[in-house]
Amino acid sequence: MCIMGYKILQKRVLGPGSKMMVIEAPYVARAAKPGQFIILRVHEKGERIPLTIANADKKNGTVTIIFQEVGKTTIHLGLLEPGDELRDFVGPLGKPTEIKNFGTVAALGGGFGTAVLYPLIKGLKAKGNYVITIIGFRTKDLIFLTDELSAVSDEVHITTDDGSYGMKGFVTHALQKLLDEGRKIDHVFAVGPVPMMKATANLTLKYNIPTTVSLNPIMVDGTGMCGACRVEVGGETKFACVDGPEFDAHKVNFDLLSKRLRMYVKQEKVSLENFKAQLEKAKEAV
Amino acid sequence: MPRKIIYERTPMAKLDPKERVKTFDEVALGYTEEEALKEAERCLLCKRPPCVAGCPVHIDIPGFIALIQQRKFVEASEHIKKFNPLPAVCGRVCPQEDQCESKCILGKKGEPVAIGRLERFVADYERAQGEMRLPEIKPPSGFKVAVIGSGPAGLVAASELAKMGHKVTVFEALHEPGGVLMYGIPQFRLPKEIVLHEVEYIKRLGVELVTNFVVGKTMTIDELMQEEGFDAVFIGTGAGLPVWLGLPGENLLGVYSANEFLTRINLMRAYKFPEYDTPVFVGERVGVIGAGNVAMDAARSALRAGAKEVYILYRRTKEYSPARIEELENAIEEGVIFKELVSPVAFYGDENGWIKEVELVRNRLGEPDQSGRRRPVKIPGSEFRMPIDMIVNAIGQRPNPIIAQTTPGLEINPRHGTVKANMKTFATSKPGVFAGGDVVTGAATVILAAGAGTDAAKYIDYYLKNKDKPGIWDELYHME
Repeated sequence: MCIMGYKILQKRVLGPGSKMMVIEAPYVARAAKPGQFIILRVHEKGERIPLTIANADKKNGTVTIIFQEVGKTTIHLGLLEPGDELRDFVGPLGKPTEIKNFGTVAALGGGFGTAVLYPLIKGLKAKGNYVITIIGFRTKDLIFLTDELSAVSDEVHITTDDGSYGMKGFVTHALQKLLDEGRKIDHVFAVGPVPMMKATANLTLKYNIPTTVSLNPIMVDGTGMCGACRVEVGGETKFACVDGPEFDAHKVNFDLLSKRLRMYVKQEKVSLENFKAQLEKAKEAV
Repeated sequence: MPRKIIYERTPMAKLDPKERVKTFDEVALGYTEEEALKEAERCLLCKRPPCVAGCPVHIDIPGFIALIQQRKFVEASEHIKKFNPLPAVCGRVCPQEDQCESKCILGKKGEPVAIGRLERFVADYERAQGEMRLPEIKPPSGFKVAVIGSGPAGLVAASELAKMGHKVTVFEALHEPGGVLMYGIPQFRLPKEIVLHEVEYIKRLGVELVTNFVVGKTMTIDELMQEEGFDAVFIGTGAGLPVWLGLPGENLLGVYSANEFLTRINLMRAYKFPEYDTPVFVGERVGVIGAGNVAMDAARSALRAGAKEVYILYRRTKEYSPARIEELENAIEEGVIFKELVSPVAFYGDENGWIKEVELVRNRLGEPDQSGRRRPVKIPGSEFRMPIDMIVNAIGQRPNPIIAQTTPGLEINPRHGTVKANMKTFATSKPGVFAGGDVVTGAATVILAAGAGTDAAKYIDYYLKNKDKPGIWDELYHME
């Protein structure tokens, strides 16, 4: 069996600090389903980071990832160019989304979470759902993927925190408005920052709308062996990597998730500063 | 003329405890040539050697020791590798005191021959020579075997099968081969360079190694057999799933599974952060729950990574610890503090969710249980709290369920999540699929897994040669 070297075939800048890459990984592409993720390492001393599979092209054997440059590893990743190879790339991991015909579905993407809506919405459409996509960003300049999402959704609503584009406010405000208008929504999917998912869960609980969230805790192996990614769902401990990453939003302990995401804040800062200093040095040398 | 019997074994040098806790360098330094010769001379080269019966892979122990006596060190190492492709690993981490050495005749009146140290010596000697001579490999059989997991069971099965002429592919979920040898056992006990060297030897035998491939996720066992044309599969995925206590506060920050803490340190080299990107948190006062080898590894790693005080919190007393005596002594020498007869009840944290205290209850020893060890019995009302800012949970591991969940027809023991397999042939309920090592027995030792790999390879070979014989699988699955 020949496993190829996870080559970067395409790279696209989606907006400030967010990038998309198409990676050659035929075995991952072949098995990937919506909702699953991969784990990658950029270099031989690198850490393992999970990223949701944004698209899988089985015919061409490629996997698309979308990432936001927030820490050392993602910034380093963003510096790579087509032709470069990733050190490691493994997947698909996690359980696929349970996609069925719900009726009318609202798919909410908060900021960077929008990145992973595409395969989900495609899957929902294929099952005959009416899909209302609601995506929210801090400001107009950060908006991305609208064309792709419009192409597969029945409706797209955009919100910005500062009102520079679309409706002013959060995705939950847009959802609230639809509900106020008497729209019947049978299921909600929400992907984004923890406060956004928590707010969505609180809102849909009031209306009794089943809601699924995709969680993004810290992971190491991604196969259930370490428990770094443990989350509390309905009072029980679950491993997001093998039991998730998707869970019933109304049962998730979001406060615990927020806290656990901050476990390495100090070290992450050190790592990033070191890396920036290295980059500066390299620049000076040139 | 009869030789004089020497009842004392040749000591092996170790790094000074005060020095070694500052680094992850290997603690035991191994024999010099003179020391190895001196120790080898003690061996009586028994005609009917009881030590061999104590070895799960049946190494011809007097055979390799005789070669040492003749100063044929490389040949001695090659001789061991006929039975076990991992001599530098097993020479270091096998519990020889319970196996080969426990049967040594000299042990009746004095100390047994230091077989493990001699095994390690010849393997290290051969590696230092730089030359890697390969054993005889049979002509290609035309059969393809998939080995799942590159820990001791998988590596040994793969190497045996390759020597028999089969085309073997080993699938590893992580980015480096070695399984528990890489992610679990720390550098100071088993340097990773040594593991990678022994893996290299197995690759030279013609074994293909595929990392970053999670069987059950990237491809299922059925897909491997039907689409990739593997004629047989050996599952050696070990016991990699942490067992939790299920106590309040277990998800606080600073509470680790031993697997996570050790994986960060060993596989991800977090002790070299920020040179390596993966971080690890190490508290000042660390509590390790459990007293097995994994607990010792975690406690000693925490000390090296900067913890000021490290406590082993054990529900029984030291004498019942399942850890190797050598490792227990090393831990105590290095300053690990043993707190006996305590069980955790709950963990308490601060407002940011970090662990601050552990509540413990005192035990007394009751009647012996099935293992013959006296059972801990909680003393009501004896609860007390202890300030602690990190916990490592090292109470045990279970097999990972990914394969079980994705392989129809593979029977699992519901209680422990282990794969059901014939204890002699390693055949599972699914035709063509064998399993051995921790995934079958539950968490045990490197050498027992290696032994399962050796023995399974024989029956896999037998199966491949008799594949078309009617009833072959029933014969293997039900063999007495």
